[in-house]
Amino acid sequence: MALLEVNDLKTYFRTDDGVVRAVDGVSFSVDKGQTLGIVGESGSGKSVTCLTIMGLNSKRSAISSGSALWKGEDLLTANPRRLREIRGSEIAMIFQDPMTSLNPVHKIGDQLSEAMRLHEDVSRKQARARAVELLKAVGIPRPDRRLDDYPHQFSGGMRQRVMIAMSLINNPDLLIADEPTTALDVTTQAQILTLIERLQEEFGSAVIMITHDLGVVAEIADDVVVMYAAEVAEKGHVEQIFKKPHHPYTWGLMGSLPRLDADVERLVQIQGQPPSMLRPPTGCRFHPRCPYVMPICKEVDPELTAVSDDPGHLQACHLDEETKDREAAKLLAGMMSGQTAS
Amino acid sequence: MLRYLIRRLLWAVLLFVAVTIVTYIIFYAIPADPARLACGQRATPECIKRAAHYLGTDRPLYFQYYKFFGRLMPFSFRGGPHLKEPRLGRSFTNRQSVNSVVAHAAPVTASLVFGGAVFWMLIALPVGILSALRPRSLLDRIAMVFVLVGISAHPVWIGLLFAYFFGFKAGLFPITGYSDFFAHSGDTSAGPVQWAYHLVLPWATFAILFAALYVRMIRANVMETLNEDYVRTARAKGAPEWLVMRSHVLRNALLPVVTMLGMDIGIALGGAIFTESVYGLPGLGKTAITAIDSFDLPTTQGVVVFATLVIIVFNLIIDLLYAVIDPRIRLS
Amino acid sequence: MAMQEEMRQTALELTGDELLVAQDLKKYFPVTRGIVFQKEVASVKAVDGVSFALHEGETLGVVGESGCGKSTMARCIMKLLEPTGGKITFRGQDITKLSRAEMRPFRREMMMIFQDPYASLNPRKRVGFIVAEALQVHKLGTDAEIKRRVQELLEVVGLNPEHYNRFPHEFSGGQRQRIGVARALAVNPKLIVCDEPVSALDVSVQAQILNLLKDLQRDFNLTYIFIAHDLNVVRHISDRVMVMYLGQVVETADRNSLYQEPKHPYTGALLSAVPVPDPTVGRGRKRIVLEGDVPSPMNPPSACRFHPRCPRFVEGRCDVEEPALINRGGPASHTAKCHFPLERWPLTEAEMRTAGTAGTTETAA
Ligand SMILES: Nc1ncnc2c1ncn2[C@@H]1O[C@H](COP(=O)(O)OP(=O)(O)O)[C@@H](O)[C@H]1O
Ligand SMILES: Nc1ncnc2c1ncn2[C@@H]1O[C@H](COP(=O)(O)OP(=O)(O)O)[C@@H](O)[C@H]1O
Ligand code: SF4
Ligand SMILES: [Mg+2]
Ligand SMILES: [Mg+2]
Repeated sequence: MALLEVNDLKTYFRTDDGVVRAVDGVSFSVDKGQTLGIVGESGSGKSVTCLTIMGLNSKRSAISSGSALWKGEDLLTANPRRLREIRGSEIAMIFQDPMTSLNPVHKIGDQLSEAMRLHEDVSRKQARARAVELLKAVGIPRPDRRLDDYPHQFSGGMRQRVMIAMSLINNPDLLIADEPTTALDVTTQAQILTLIERLQEEFGSAVIMITHDLGVVAEIADDVVVMYAAEVAEKGHVEQIFKKPHHPYTWGLMGSLPRLDADVERLVQIQGQPPSMLRPPTGCRFHPRCPYVMPICKEVDPELTAVSDDPGHLQACHLDEETKDREAAKLLAGMMSGQTAS
Repeated sequence: MLRYLIRRLLWAVLLFVAVTIVTYIIFYAIPADPARLACGQRATPECIKRAAHYLGTDRPLYFQYYKFFGRLMPFSFRGGPHLKEPRLGRSFTNRQSVNSVVAHAAPVTASLVFGGAVFWMLIALPVGILSALRPRSLLDRIAMVFVLVGISAHPVWIGLLFAYFFGFKAGLFPITGYSDFFAHSGDTSAGPVQWAYHLVLPWATFAILFAALYVRMIRANVMETLNEDYVRTARAKGAPEWLVMRSHVLRNALLPVVTMLGMDIGIALGGAIFTESVYGLPGLGKTAITAIDSFDLPTTQGVVVFATLVIIVFNLIIDLLYAVIDPRIRLS
Repeated sequence: MAMQEEMRQTALELTGDELLVAQDLKKYFPVTRGIVFQKEVASVKAVDGVSFALHEGETLGVVGESGCGKSTMARCIMKLLEPTGGKITFRGQDITKLSRAEMRPFRREMMMIFQDPYASLNPRKRVGFIVAEALQVHKLGTDAEIKRRVQELLEVVGLNPEHYNRFPHEFSGGQRQRIGVARALAVNPKLIVCDEPVSALDVSVQAQILNLLKDLQRDFNLTYIFIAHDLNVVRHISDRVMVMYLGQVVETADRNSLYQEPKHPYTGALLSAVPVPDPTVGRGRKRIVLEGDVPSPMNPPSACRFHPRCPRFVEGRCDVEEPALINRGGPASHTAKCHFPLERWPLTEAEMRTAGTAGTTETAA
């Protein structure tokens, strides 16, 4: 049994302008100790997917359906008390902006031990000892002296480390990281990614890594879900996605990335911008931006179907295999053109 | 922290000196001739001259101010440094020391303002927080109507209305008068109950405007804080809702309210003038108005200087309090 | 000291036809202390001796972590900040000491694009006004002409000219950055200083803006200074790259040389930090992870400022003697400020360390 199994998850928000379809039928699963990467542009519904799993959407405006089975238990229908038990102890989450994710008026040590004491009956002293242990594990120098410091006394990278320490304090089975490095420098990003990999080995947690950077996914994910406009455009094992991407949107994301190892004059760019989720396009939601659009794309929403002779690889695009093979090969060849031995 | 404290203290002193200079100029340098005013209607040149000498207005301006400021200080260096009573001068009209006038009036105004502040916070806190938690609920809508009325209605109007309906028509509360908080022996008309009983209407009148402002501000702050990332972090840790509210939302949302409260209590002192007039309370506002009417410069000025000092000290306390509860200020 | 000064000079060989030359540029921010009277107790050496030359039509990339002084350098060049020392020459004329009024004719020739597309546009002004502002300041045409020009500019940067009357909040992040580009282009500048123009954007939008900047450069023969903390982005757009660390230049090279044979360990670490979008390559390699943050520029580390974080650090040399920014192998224009430059690339972290010690044989015993 998968650790987490998400089936046909939908989350709609009621707003003054109408109903926003933030997540519209997303399915995936995460196994023990595995890393799932979720990629897509801003607004494609990555965060809301994870917040829905955690039960953190505003109850006032969000309506969710489908299921999110956590070790077989549906989180969407679980009572609030049970959800609180799971949150922070079995599933932990860290967020994009380390500068605002910690409460500025509480000491770091108190925020860390709060996370532990909410779930375990331990003394203040024990909780602090554990906090020191974790701060050390995430590479904060002299952690015992920093417990009484406030968040504003830490740099952005250090705060993200504190967030990671806090999320791991109860040995969670799953860590959801929502763009944990987007607000950081490349060097700090490298530190954080290395840290997450190392801790994952040490603690054996599964990880859901949300990002808009395929480079990050390539580095740490086992499985990949590519999201576009609240739906899954393509998913599969990381090797499958990068060896033979099947969706024009994935091609666009790959081509957008300037590479160190290739010389391209112009980047492949995805025209325009993501659609409004108040009134998503008919048919394939990507069709207004797709360079390969066909008449059928405007009418019929492509199902997420298995790629023939590539088990586990699913895609939602009407293009025929032949065109896909050709275009994907062209894209990869173009990207690799300047590649040197490495 | 120490540097912050010292800097704030120095600022307060500087501000106080600046304010006394300005008031001095307004009250003694700008009016044509205070000595003439002091002599009243039947001013003979002789009287004016005597008055001028007595008041010191025949000396240069800076010297007058120096004297005035010296009188204000709680210490003196003349004949060796020693403590003394700061003096605000003597009334023109009845020769009473302004100190004692202020000493009698201040408790009334303090009762009105601080009682009023407690009153309005008692309304604003729960209403503001609840309507932030349930936006667009019935309570929220009612609260918003109340805010609109409270902000647009003038305290005098509200005061008259209250006095008429609750005091005159219904006879629930006294319309006028004041009763001391501390009962003197054998005096049944004083004591905490009587005190509060006499003040209920003024408090309500006075507090409505501020309660409205504070409901709106608290509601906005709480709603904004509820959307902060760290509140989401707290929920993601599995914290129950009451804990999220207590330790992550309210603490942060009410920080700016503390500063506002400090400033508003100063403003409220000004508002007390209206309320005291309507309910005939013998407070600083009423004293000032009576004094202005009878051209009693020392009393008017004494009240102004005293009120300024109170406001400055109050703001100082609030600033320090703020530094204590907000680590970002304390540690920078 | 004198020798280093000389080397800095020799590193900058001027031909006389440069568009922009910065020589030994310095910007120190005073740190004051005191309750009533503020006295200067120290200074933040945000930019500390930066020199470079830039030809027309070229792009100079500037990389480094946050806090390395990139923005401060850009602001000094734009004369938005008064440099503490050094010399800036624009088209052969020394503009370092020019007053505001004297700078005026130069303002048209150099424009800036900022990182945050949200904060850098006045939310209460219409897009047309924002783009037209520089035209109006410099009185370039009648109202009708200016309006036509603005619509043309909106079109050039890929926005709908009809959206002339909209407010910034009605646009997405990428579109706002396009407005920033249109504003910079309005007065036909020669030089555009781009301070992290794509750092806050999604990769897909980033690609759109990078393509746009490249197209504009080709069409209008623009010269760019392009600041970023991503080496892959900088490499894509730049001809030459300058790597900054704690207010100083630690390496300059043209982009291929920098990428193929980086000399400075810091450049190596930056290169290795960029995620590789290829699972087979990305996983096999070991990232060279720098420990900790950039130290405070208030009291920077002695000698080589990178030494506390450097994998090649050799005690008694790197922390004692400041390396010069000179050629350390490769093309003559490739300079690095390191005693123990990288012999080849890529290196693993372990190789970095051992190679560093190997290189010390004759120098440190
Ligand atoms: N609380 C909310 N109310 C209304 N719309 C929302 C809310 N949260 C997110 N959305 C909308 O849902 C969509 C998906 O958002 P999100 O999951 O945050 O995207 P991502 O994380 O992929 O950038 C966006 O169009 C966003 O505007
Ligand atoms: N106005 C200022 N006063 C004092 N220090 C400053 C000021 N502006 C920048 N600094 C400092 O100068 C250093 C370089 O900053 P900056 O140029 O913004 O770096 P970058 O753009 O590379 O991130 C930083 O340590 C920063 O704190
Ligand atoms: S000089 Fe030494 S410390 Fe500095 S970069 Fe080179 S090897 Fe590292
Ligand atoms: Mg998101
Ligand atoms: Mg910067």
